[in-house]
Amino acid sequence: MSQITTHAEYLDPILAHYKLNQHNLLQMLREAQEHFGYIHPEAIDYLEQQLQLPRSMVEGVASFYSLLYLQPHGEYRVLFSDNITDRMLGNMDLMESMCGQLWVEAGKVSEDGLVSINTTSCTGMCDQGPAVLINNIAINHLTQDRINSLCELIRERVPLSGWPLEFFAIEDNIHKKDILLDSNFKFGSALAEVLQRSSEEILQEIKTSKLRGRGGAGFSTGSKWEFCRTAPGAQHYVVCNADEGEPGTFKDRVLLNSYADMVFEGMTICAHVIGAKKGFIYLRGEYRYLLDHLHAILQRRRQQSLLGNNILGYTDFNFDIEIHLGAGAYICGEESALIESLEGKRGTPRNRPPFPVTSGYLNQPTVVNNVETFAAASLIGLHGGAWYANIGTETSSGTKILSVSGDCAHPGLYEYPFGVTVAQVLADCGAKNTQAVQISGPSGICIAANEFERRIAFDDLPTAGAFMVFDQSRDMFEVARNFVHFFKHESCGFCTPCRVGTSLLSNMMNKLANGHGSPYDFAEIEKLNELLLSTSHCGLGHSACNPVLDTIAKFRPAYDKRLTHKEYIPAFDLDYALSQARQMTGRDDTGAHLERIHVSK
Amino acid sequence: MSQNSNTPHNKNQTTFTLDGKTIPFSEGQTIIQAAMAAGEYIPHLCFNPEFKPHGSCKICTVTANGRQTASCTQQPQVDMMVESDTKQINDERRALLQMLFVEGNHFCPSCEKSGDCQLQATAYELDMMSPHFDHFSPNRPLDASHGEYLLDFNRCILCSLCARASSDVDGKNVFSLAGRGIKTHLIVNSKSGKLADTDFTGDDKAAHVCPVGVIIKKRVGFAVPIGKRSFDEHPISATPHPIVKGAI
Amino acid sequence: MNMSTKPKLRIATATLAGCFGCHMSFLDIDERLFDLMELVEFDRSPLTDIKTCGPCDIGLIEGGLCNAENVHVLREFRANCKILVAVGACAINGGLPAQRNHLSLSMILEEVYHAQHGLVDGFIPNDPELPLPLDQVHPIHEVVKVDYFIPGCPPSGDAIWKVLTDLIAGREPELGHGLVHYD
Ligand SMILES: Cc1cc2nc3c(=O)[nH]c(=O)nc-3n(C[C@H](O)[C@H](O)[C@H](O)COP(=O)(O)O)c2cc1C
Ligand code: SF4
Ligand code: SF4
Ligand code: SF4
Ligand code: FES
Repeated sequence: MSQITTHAEYLDPILAHYKLNQHNLLQMLREAQEHFGYIHPEAIDYLEQQLQLPRSMVEGVASFYSLLYLQPHGEYRVLFSDNITDRMLGNMDLMESMCGQLWVEAGKVSEDGLVSINTTSCTGMCDQGPAVLINNIAINHLTQDRINSLCELIRERVPLSGWPLEFFAIEDNIHKKDILLDSNFKFGSALAEVLQRSSEEILQEIKTSKLRGRGGAGFSTGSKWEFCRTAPGAQHYVVCNADEGEPGTFKDRVLLNSYADMVFEGMTICAHVIGAKKGFIYLRGEYRYLLDHLHAILQRRRQQSLLGNNILGYTDFNFDIEIHLGAGAYICGEESALIESLEGKRGTPRNRPPFPVTSGYLNQPTVVNNVETFAAASLIGLHGGAWYANIGTETSSGTKILSVSGDCAHPGLYEYPFGVTVAQVLADCGAKNTQAVQISGPSGICIAANEFERRIAFDDLPTAGAFMVFDQSRDMFEVARNFVHFFKHESCGFCTPCRVGTSLLSNMMNKLANGHGSPYDFAEIEKLNELLLSTSHCGLGHSACNPVLDTIAKFRPAYDKRLTHKEYIPAFDLDYALSQARQMTGRDDTGAHLERIHVSK
Repeated sequence: MSQNSNTPHNKNQTTFTLDGKTIPFSEGQTIIQAAMAAGEYIPHLCFNPEFKPHGSCKICTVTANGRQTASCTQQPQVDMMVESDTKQINDERRALLQMLFVEGNHFCPSCEKSGDCQLQATAYELDMMSPHFDHFSPNRPLDASHGEYLLDFNRCILCSLCARASSDVDGKNVFSLAGRGIKTHLIVNSKSGKLADTDFTGDDKAAHVCPVGVIIKKRVGFAVPIGKRSFDEHPISATPHPIVKGAI
Repeated sequence: MNMSTKPKLRIATATLAGCFGCHMSFLDIDERLFDLMELVEFDRSPLTDIKTCGPCDIGLIEGGLCNAENVHVLREFRANCKILVAVGACAINGGLPAQRNHLSLSMILEEVYHAQHGLVDGFIPNDPELPLPLDQVHPIHEVVKVDYFIPGCPPSGDAIWKVLTDLIAGREPELGHGLVHYD
């Protein structure tokens, strides 16, 4: 049997399932990878031929996503979540231990092809870290014992399906419930209310509720739906943004795990308002473990006539939802990049205008909303806009779910009406000696103790949900450095300032960390921040400097202590730069060394 | 309404101002397109009037009604105040150029494109005296597999013009961007990854659009003597669009 | 203009990993050298054969850094010169020597001294008198702070003249079209 037929064997069902539609390329690649642990070059041959796509495009897409591999990456692919919260819980020591036990260098594949170990951006498990993904399946609560067991299982080549189930346990960790998390929502209840009324009336309810997007930007949901509804287009689409890539955010994970009906129902209400027949959930690849669960719920909803044709008996109301998985790209949370990715392409943000509401998926009018926004829409469908508008504050109606992590006794989800103070949240989660809180993740804002009376609200501290707590023992420079590395890793590479600038910024932060800093470098960092802010193409580049700007402004001593030199000195270690030559010549005389700084004679 | 006597236009003509000059524009034009049509130069690299704007290099950054934006993708509004030739913006453009220089390996003295290169000429225009940042010195092997053309990826600025030309004009998809972030790079459409194994030919539009010295015709390098090359006599701001010129 | 009554400025020049082309180009200012000599005197320079650099007003550096010796000279210049000027492509971006930067130094030494055809008993020179090579070639601004740059391979005599006379007159040096080129 020739190679190509073997590939056909597992690819044909995938191709058939995705109807040979090139917009499903990313989905097909992801599934193709599940076969060998990487995308085999001959699998690309076959896809290229069957889909009539240029190979360069297939490779261009595959190489964009960090969870897809074009080269063998080991039978076991271990990725340590590397958010600052994982670091604070000791993930680096655990990774080192694992590398030692399995004889593999971080970032490489072991010589026998058994295992590769590397870091990855926050996997959304900050409340139960340190966390790891093994073959894209999440394992949390790592301890040295657990690492030892994992190494044992890998060495014995036990398939993941035979691993102890408790390794894969994922908790919701809900610590404070309000209208949403405590709603005891009954599937179909909101839809039954909503479908009795016209789509205009429902749109009015959403507008009355003053609901604003929960994904970070806080755009009025009612206006978004209205723009989309009135935009001309052959089809309209509803997209649920479940990319949840912002480090420190994990509330969408819990919503999809335990409140999926509210989310799906919110999407269906949106479909009713804008006239969409089709919806998508864009689920981050790191949440692959939720896929079967979500498919089962969708299937149940179809049987219950909550999805599909003639929903709840209303003729002409046809709507269904498809799940697309991402594959490791934070930028795909940006709505236009998300749409590109949904279309099976590289996740590069589009030029805007036009905005998705007029030209989104397949250039048709599209609503993109966050998971929590749709869940809130269900509540509004059930209880009405006025009821919702009464909760929270003037500018920020309703409640917000916070993902609390870091230095506190009870990390997890906390739901509050908007307007809650940071101090209140800190008290509730059992935080002590708090030095700083990073609100809304690295792209958000870092606040110091004198700001803890500020409130969670769009006109004070807007947030997509992350709430990372740092106590007095933490080094805020290292926090910022971790975030800068995150942005460098996640920059899509499209525009010059962010592609190159995030690397430069990360190099400069490393320079300070390595003790090579001087006021010159500090000034350089400030200049770079401004450039990224003013010339980047999308929100990622704009916010890439936030962690540095905030920590410079509020925790200046953490920087000052690293500006150890008065005069500029090189970023690299000159003496180390001679080490290869020393080794090759066997020399170690004084002339074979260079001092780090110039000592005049 | 103030009228600029140098620019004839009728009452119905929509205009915006660019550094104080009145520029007419029509529906669908972007700021740079209208400026070019009026003979005004805004520095740019990934924009080429023959292709759909891309908006990635950000060299064409301007301030439009106080907000910074890429002029190759931003459409003007009536009476919009656009500033381009200011110290602040030129400083930023220079820094972006410096980023492009350190990101790749640009050794102009040994580059066949020197003197005809838009990156270089734009850097001259903006008085870039040094690359300023630390060099990344990436390892980017050449592709000399093709009989007629050489690819020197060391100089690629990822503007995607070759990819756009190949797909939009040649209908071929010879070039694509691959990778992500700082690892973004250009690939060609063959399993071997070699240009020789693609259907690329010298007649392709894609062979003639690279603003820098990546896609190089073999055996004709350095044919034009120093002093006679595109940007020797006139700065890029005073030269008709080089791609348009080069295509002749 | 008569500046000869003022105390003369001291200038030092050095070639690091360069080809002396920039120094040759400096000499291309031809008869203007005489005017220059009215205004300046030379400290350490291949033109004077003074071996160490004393306190100077302006230091001109040709070439990048490829070995330990280059680093010592550059540091001596930075410590002694009020104004340090990088002259030419190699000082500014490493130039031709930096085209080895994507290769590992060990591999290069191995190739040159051990593996090459026709070598019998090749060995890597290890005399303590010889400066050790750095693993990569660096432009000088990556190691010390540099005040001005004169690009070109080499820069023209006119460009060098323009920058020097601007500096001597206390003006911000400006080259402008025709004088700025990278090749
Ligand atoms: C770099 C970047 C990443 C983003 N990631 C997410 C995300 O993971 N989830 C999300 O809902 N919105 C994310 N957004 C915001 C979306 O672009 C968009 O505003 C949001 O999905 C709209 O939904 P909403 O109105 O319900 O908030 C991101 C934006 C940027 C610039
Ligand atoms: S700002 Fe960064 S993420 Fe956004 S388009 Fe530019 S490179 Fe991509
Ligand atoms: S592409 Fe342009 S800038 Fe780069 S080396 Fe060639 S001439 Fe110089
Ligand atoms: S090869 Fe040239 S045209 Fe193509 S992306 Fe690179 S710089 Fe642009
Ligand atoms: S020319 Fe406008 S972004 Fe490149």
